[in-house]
Amino acid sequence: MTWIWSNLDFIWDRTLDHLVLSVPPIILSFLIALPIGWLAHRFRLGRGFILISVGLLYAIPSLPLFVVLPAIVGTSGRDPLNLVIALTIYGVALMVRVVADGLASVDPDVRLSATAVGFSGWALFWQVQLPLAGPVLLAGLRVVAVSTVSLATVGAVIGVQSLGSLFTDGFQRGIEAEIVAGIVCTVLLALAFDGALVALGRLLMPWSRPARPTRSSAPLTPGPKALGAAVHGGEAAK
Amino acid sequence: MFTVKRGRLALVSAAWVGAVVALAGCASGDPLDSGSDKASGDKLIVGSQDYYSNEIIAEIYAQALEANDIAVDRDFRIGQREVYLPDIEAGKIDVFPEYTGSLLQALDKNAAGGTSDETYATLQEALPEGLRVLDKADASDQNSWTVTQAFADKYKLTDIESLKNVTEPIVVGGNAELETRPYGPTALKEKYGIETAGFKPIEDGGGPLTVKALVDGDIQITNIYTASPNIKSDKLVALADPDGLFFADNVVPVVSDRVTDKAEKVLNTVSAALSAEDLVSLNAQSFNDQKKAEDIAAAWLKQAKLF
Amino acid sequence: MTLFLDALNWIFDPANYVGDGSIPSRLLEHLVFTFVTLLMASMLALPLGFLIGHTGRGRGLAVAVSGGLRALPTLGLLTLVALWVGIGLEAPYVALTVLAIPPVLAGAYTGFEAIDRATIDAARSVGMSEWQIVRKVEIPLGLPLLIGGLRSGTLQVVATATLAAYVADFGLGRFLFSGLKTRDYAEMLGGSILVILLALVLEGIFSVIHRVILPRGVAAGRPTEVRAGSVRPRPGMESTIAKGRK
Repeated sequence: MTWIWSNLDFIWDRTLDHLVLSVPPIILSFLIALPIGWLAHRFRLGRGFILISVGLLYAIPSLPLFVVLPAIVGTSGRDPLNLVIALTIYGVALMVRVVADGLASVDPDVRLSATAVGFSGWALFWQVQLPLAGPVLLAGLRVVAVSTVSLATVGAVIGVQSLGSLFTDGFQRGIEAEIVAGIVCTVLLALAFDGALVALGRLLMPWSRPARPTRSSAPLTPGPKALGAAVHGGEAAK
Repeated sequence: MFTVKRGRLALVSAAWVGAVVALAGCASGDPLDSGSDKASGDKLIVGSQDYYSNEIIAEIYAQALEANDIAVDRDFRIGQREVYLPDIEAGKIDVFPEYTGSLLQALDKNAAGGTSDETYATLQEALPEGLRVLDKADASDQNSWTVTQAFADKYKLTDIESLKNVTEPIVVGGNAELETRPYGPTALKEKYGIETAGFKPIEDGGGPLTVKALVDGDIQITNIYTASPNIKSDKLVALADPDGLFFADNVVPVVSDRVTDKAEKVLNTVSAALSAEDLVSLNAQSFNDQKKAEDIAAAWLKQAKLF
Repeated sequence: MTLFLDALNWIFDPANYVGDGSIPSRLLEHLVFTFVTLLMASMLALPLGFLIGHTGRGRGLAVAVSGGLRALPTLGLLTLVALWVGIGLEAPYVALTVLAIPPVLAGAYTGFEAIDRATIDAARSVGMSEWQIVRKVEIPLGLPLLIGGLRSGTLQVVATATLAAYVADFGLGRFLFSGLKTRDYAEMLGGSILVILLALVLEGIFSVIHRVILPRGVAAGRPTEVRAGSVRPRPGMESTIAKGRK
């Protein structure tokens, strides 16, 4: 415990480092997954191929990725950019399926109605499909955010300071309080991201505020199936 | 209509790509990145491994330089050798605490081992253009074959060769590369005729997991750094190595061309004062007393009265 | 590019197919590890997930716990557990089971929740007991999402099980660690390619399972048919908006 009290500034700095490392991959994976997911949704033939091949990116073990990335991207071995790119790859792997499922969750009738009242393909996507897919996208993004924060700890292994540095240091010096502090701060930061995304969702999508669950067996809203797909990493509902 | 749509699509796509690139750019330009731009300033950049003991030495270097009015930037805890070595070779770091034998092996896989002075001399030749090592310290943190005190007592073990006395199967544990290193199990067999009974990989570089495995009896010998406080606190014995099976691993600063004569003198003064017992005690303060690297370094400099 | 060619050479080098720690034996170890981990995670997560899905209670708690578990850094957890129990496979099993629980748990309860309440009410009104409802209605109808959860968990475990090699002589991770430390990047990359191939094969197997064991009524609403022009939407998804506004 004494270690924690005398190293609060160190813990705080690492938390900030961790924050700075985690935000870009979360935003980037959303931005990149959106067009790919749309393609998967739009073109039936390519759907399976896109979803499976993008999903497999998640299977790339992180240690080798960190070694190969600098060679491919041309960055220095301990450039934080390597970590950001790697985390973005994992984020995209999770998010693309969510986007495809989210777009598919929009009621076909709504789509037809929108087309009937004159929405072009472009406007249909931005003004109808995307907002209606919002809750599913948000659920997926929450998963991406939490796993990105968790994965960013491996940065310590490749010379990028993060909360993971508390693990490596704690293990070397046998300071259990430091390891536990690292784990707790990582979880707290992940939950903070999660909370921020939920708040952002309420702000941007006031219509999607879930109805208060009643004591009856009424299903939770909205669209549990699509949400379910998002909640466990977007791998469901093939 | 068609062209308008196409045009807008192109525009939005361009904006999209722009946003992605800009974000990636932000990420790479964030304050954590200490790239070559910093090295162009007049401050010397002192780096350290992601290893508490190495950080203490780096902190001593940094504080010693500062005490002599040489401005430094600290770039500590930058991973393992495979990560930071390219940056040192590229001249992005000016001062880095290293270990003669380990660095030599990283630079030249086929390098032969030897005494402290031989290793130091070979290392000087192996270093790439633009890098040099200053004086080595007496302090060393080298590889060793380590066993528990109880195991050593049972079979009257003193040096590596005495492992021949052991009548039970000897399981070796340690990082994967230990198995194939020139001082690994094969060397034990070829040089001393010591048979080992298998290898258990533990990838924490002689850290707490390795120590626990040794104490629990999951493995009988392992490779632990001689300056590790675990040797004392967990009652371990580092077997003597009279034949120079392991490389000597004296602490030595690797420096770039930007290190001036004045800075060089400061670092050499530090190395001359840093004894083997000092390093063990510095490590113990970090390990047992959980003190911060900067405090440990400041206390050592104060007590050594160098400047 | 030569790096990748070297990796392929490493994979096809006959010398790597014999003796201790050969590619086939490492693959088998990795597969067994993945299977056992998924089994343990399922034994813990399925009953809980079914309970939450069936009663509709405790979902908030489940989401929070899953989120927390997901945020736990696997390497940190692995080393911490290993400090207690020592080297060997126990620590990797614990850390990886924790990793696999969130997707399996979410698959179990969202699968139940996705079922139209009218179906459950119908089952109850024809006199089924709660246990019968779970066994004969909810589990079969919830299967697609449950399998999705298992599939997601499998992918994560296969990819992360390489960490088992951190404390044990086990699995494809051996190639990664020994390649990394000895700078034999062909071996390291070759090992990674094997991990990805294994993940691909398991994905394929899950696709087949998905097709073969789904009850016909559940399979009827597959998304392919939506896009084929049928106006019948996917079960559970058609009501996203409607339910969202209730």
